[in-house]
Order: sequence, then structure tokens, then C-alpha cells
Amino acid sequence: MSVRDDILGRLRRQLGRTDSTTLAARERVEATLALRQTGPRAAADALLDRFIERARAMISSVDRCATEAEVPAHCADWLRGQGLPTTLVVAPALAALDWAGAGLDARIGAATGDDLVGVTGCFRAIAETGTLMLCSGPQSPAVNSLLPETHIAVVPRQHIVADMEAAWAEARRELSAWPRAVNFVSGPSRTADIEQTIVLGAHGPYRVHLLIVG
Amino acid sequence: MEVRSMHFVSRVRQRLEDPELQRNLKRTRGRNAASRAAAVAAFPDFDAVRARATEIRASVLRDLDVWLERFEQKAIERGATVLWARDGDHACELIIDIARRHGVRTVVKSKSMVSEEAGLNAALEAAGIRPVETDLGEYILQINDNEPPSHIIMPVIHKSKEQVSELFARVHGTAPKTDIEALTHEARAVLRPEFLGADMGLSGGNFLVAETGSVAIVTNEGNGRLCTTLPRVHVALTGIEKVIPTLEDLATLLRILPRSATGQAITNYVSMLTGPKQAGDADGPEHMYFVLVDGGRADLLGSEFEAMLRCIRCGACMNHCPVYQTIGGHSYGWVYPGPMGSVLTPLYQGLDKAMDLPHAATLCNQCGVVCPVSIPLPDLMRTLREKQVERGLRPWSERIATKLWAWVAARPKLYALGTRVAVRYLRWLADGRDRIQVMGVAPGWTAERDFPAPAAKTFRELYAERRRGGGQ
Ligand code: SF4
Repeated sequence: MSVRDDILGRLRRQLGRTDSTTLAARERVEATLALRQTGPRAAADALLDRFIERARAMISSVDRCATEAEVPAHCADWLRGQGLPTTLVVAPALAALDWAGAGLDARIGAATGDDLVGVTGCFRAIAETGTLMLCSGPQSPAVNSLLPETHIAVVPRQHIVADMEAAWAEARRELSAWPRAVNFVSGPSRTADIEQTIVLGAHGPYRVHLLIVG
Repeated sequence: MEVRSMHFVSRVRQRLEDPELQRNLKRTRGRNAASRAAAVAAFPDFDAVRARATEIRASVLRDLDVWLERFEQKAIERGATVLWARDGDHACELIIDIARRHGVRTVVKSKSMVSEEAGLNAALEAAGIRPVETDLGEYILQINDNEPPSHIIMPVIHKSKEQVSELFARVHGTAPKTDIEALTHEARAVLRPEFLGADMGLSGGNFLVAETGSVAIVTNEGNGRLCTTLPRVHVALTGIEKVIPTLEDLATLLRILPRSATGQAITNYVSMLTGPKQAGDADGPEHMYFVLVDGGRADLLGSEFEAMLRCIRCGACMNHCPVYQTIGGHSYGWVYPGPMGSVLTPLYQGLDKAMDLPHAATLCNQCGVVCPVSIPLPDLMRTLREKQVERGLRPWSERIATKLWAWVAARPKLYALGTRVAVRYLRWLADGRDRIQVMGVAPGWTAERDFPAPAAKTFRELYAERRRGGGQ
């Protein structure tokens, strides 16, 4: 007998399964999947304010601009203001913006270990915790928010949703195929392993800058 | 990992007498409890979320066989390979086999407690494959001669920055520094090329989502993301009890896990990984494997210890345990310390190999109160104690003493006489004070603390006097 069948067989014995209880269990499982019951959730008002407040609490910096066309100029200002490099790797989803026009040296594609600034969009942003939801795919490589020391994310205002449940619902509705990686990012990478002292930039980005559009 | 829980008592004595360890433990004592309390208070109706989380975990266990089949089917549909491991040794064999088939020389590892259970690092090394721990805490332990972790969330809670500094200077050949930020960035610089160069990434799994066939992992450092994004092979190693039904359930559990663990509303990174790289994807592994480990879990299902399978490894029980916080995690002798370890170690390793663990608690029930999935830890410890007695595993003196007590307790006259004598004897020992400093029959009890002296008369005597006096 395979180990798989042995383990499943032992689980069934422990549960005292018979054919009819197995059938009932299958029905319960299907019903649970179809029902998708949500647990208790917090109130979902003032999404934009709450998102900004929570994102700042997670040590992301937040800025706003009116239209997507202004994004490159904002990025350029912010990077210069922080004394950061102006060479970027930009997710293909944002390839249409005029990066060169803002004086930025942008490469479109996936980040490598040498890129210092990575730019991404986001699928949704979650107000409850100030979190970005990034779905990997041809237009949005997962590495752009991970390998560079600085991560800039463009967050369309209408993409801010209340909580993770709302984000899942929209992902089910909008995505034709489920992405390989769904990454929730809440601020820069950090650790508190040594003497419980928080240090930013453990392995991932040292800083996360959110640019809310609209 | 080798079980050393048999020598609990002698190890505890060493830990209590180790001034450096006591200093390090004291530094964080109560801190995690305080951050959890603040996070829970800031969340509207945390108890309702806790009740729902308990229900989710309990309902999965009721149909664990079918949920696992369902998870497996979805994972396979997405191109992952699902392997089943009888126990830790078998998991090591399977992983070494995967590594060999893909020509892997280096494995970057993100935290997996099951990998500690299995002793995976030693097995990989013996097979000529180099494991690199990438969680900062786990990395520190690995370069310190593979020291075992002392906490499931904060593996180096028992170390000071001076100790880390000395270790880094020795292993990295750098100048000693006690600036915690500089130490962290030194480790980052050492580990960066490992992420970029490794052929295989190994992660644990906080949850397996049946709806999508995905593994969800939770980290603050981002090492979990790197391990599961960059190498060409990703292996997720986890216990069979980790499955949950839907994405909505994941959202609920993610509200209680980080709050219970570190007092965070959410960890910096939560990743849901589903299958290998798809056509057109810019990144991701070419191969994805799940290794689902039994290792004693199946036997708990349907037993009086089933509730333990609900555990989501948050560490809240140890953060609130007065015993853990005094002796540290190494005293428990196996992967899982604190109250959850006192239950799990005897269950997974055998009652006879962990004699003292179910007794390493004051049964104050702080652990039961904070457990986010409502596991009745003190009850489970009490049941384990009963099992030890039933199987004749307790020392003969203790067995005879409890037998004698049971015999006397069944005879009211004798019991009354016995307690009268005992009270007089204890008061004589107390010698007019209200505490007894050394108790003859149980010197161990009074070695670290005083025993309160009893009242002058027994309850039965007082009761009888009252009835005679007032007729009430
Ligand atoms: S037993 Fe409860 S409190 Fe302890 S680690 Fe498990 S889930 Fe957390």
C-alpha cells in the first residue's frame, strides 16, 4: 500500500468512517466550499483614510497624485528628495507611462539582484491593515517588490477595498486564471529576532513608498 | 531532532543557575504578552474571531481525510506534485530524492517546524546537500553548531546581542559589533547570494488552502518569499493537519495568528503560492512539491487529544507560561517548547520519553485562555498525567502514594483521622510561622519556595464544630 493510502486509511479508521459517513463528509466539504462563509469582520468605512493610516503604521510612506500620467514625475521627485538612485525596474503593467520624460532611467521587466528601485502596480490594497495585494503574472513579476532595496507601488484609489475577503471576491471575479503567487505586502521587510529589536530591511526592501492615484 | 525530554529535571536546574540565560529571558519576559493584549484590545470583538477560528479548525478535523484529498486534487491540477511522508525520516528521504533528481546542491530554507521535527538539515548534509537557514534567528542557530531553537516564533529569544556579535565575528570573520541593525544587515549581506544562487527553496506552510491547492506562508523578513520565488524548485514541507477550506477562512485565521504571536495586526508578508511558474510568468519555480507529513498526527484524530491538531503554532501559550519564561525553550528537549510542547512531545515521541513534560506546568490556565483556537492545554496535560499513571510510568513511590491516598479517601473515618494528624504535623513543622520552609517528606517542593502552613483545624473539624454549636 502506498504511504498516501496508508495515511488516509488511518485517518478514516480514526474517524470511524463507513461508506455512508464518507459520502456525508464529501457533501459537507462541497457545501463548505460553495458557501464560503466569512468570519467576523471589522466595519468598512472611510477606506482611503483608514488605508493611509494603517499603511503608515506599517512604516510605508504614502503620497498622492491626481492622474496616472503624473506617476513618473512624482516618483522622480520622491526619489531625488530621498537621495535615492533614479534608475528603476518597472513592472510591464506600467510600461505605457512616460518614465523617460520624468528624467528616470526605467527598464521594463523583472528585477534582478542588482536593481535598487522596483516599481509595481497592485491588484488591490486592503484598508484594514494597510496592505498591498500583488498578483504575480507576465505583467507583474513578483521579484519587483522583493529584490530591490526600494519598492514603489502605484495604488489606484478605486482599488482600495475593506479587507482580505473583499479582495478575494474581486480576484475570483476578475482573474481568469489564479496567479501562481499572491503576495500581501505590508511595509518594508523587518525582523525582531535579536533582542526583540525591530530592524527594517531584513531580506526584502528597506522602504516601501505608496503612490495613491485619484 | 533528537528527543532529550527525558532529562528535563536536570536541564531545568542548569537553566535556572545560568545567569546569562536568566538575564536574556528576563529581558523579553511579559513583552509578548503585553503586545498581544494590546493587539487584542484594539480589535473589535476578538473573541468572535477566535470562536470562528476554533470552529474552522475543528470542522476540518472532522473531515480531515476528505479535505486532504480535495487539497491534493487542486494542487495537482495546478501542476504541483503532492508527496506523503509517514514520519520525519521518510520526509527527509523524499526531499533528498527530489534534490538529487533536480541536481540540487544548495537548499535555502525558510522556517519549517516540521523540518526541525524531521532533523532535515542533518539528513541533507549527510547526503552532500548544503542547507542554509535564512530566517535570521534560525541562521544564527545554524552557524552556532546547529543549536536547536528555543521558541517557535523567536528562535533566539535566549541570546543577547553580545552573544550574536561574538558568533558573527567568529563565523563571518568580521569585526565584533553590538549594533543590532548592523548585525542584521551583516546577515542580509551573507544570505543574499545564497538566495540568488540556490537551486531549491524549502518552506514550511502555515496553512494549506483546499479551495485553491495553495500553501500560505507568513513571515516578517521576506525570506519566505525569496525562498519560494527565486530557486527553480520549491518544496513546501508541512504536517497533514494544516489544511483549511477556503480563502475566507484564511482571512479569518490571519486575523488571529499574528495578533496572538507578536501582537501585529498582520505580518509584513503573507504569500499564497499555487503551483509552479505558468506559461508567460516572469518568475517563480519550475517545479513545486508538497511533502505532507503524518509523524503521529493521524493517531490523534478522534482521540482525546484531537484538539491539539487545531494548533496554528502561534507561540502565545509559551509567551504566557510562567514555567517557560523561567526555564526557556531548550529545557523541554524537543522541537516544541512550552505548554503546546508539553502536550505534543509525549504524543509524538512517546509518553515514556517525556515523563516530566506534562508536569512542567502550574496549570494556571493562562495558556488555555490565550490559545487562539481554544485548545484546553491544561486539560490535555492532566489527561497525559493520568495516562502515565495508568501505564505504570510514574515512579513507584508516587504510585504507592496515590494508591494509598485513594484507599484512605474511600474510608471517611480514617481520612478524618489522617487529615487531623497531618494538620498537626504541618503546624509543628511551621513552628509558629505561616510558611513551612523545609518539608521533610517532599524537600523538592520547598527547595525553591515555602509551603503555606495549614489552618489549626481541618475543614471537617470546623464543620462539625459549627454544626454542634449553631445547628446551622
Ligand atoms: S497551542 Fe494554541 S497558543 Fe499554543 S501555539 Fe498552538 S495555537 Fe498557539
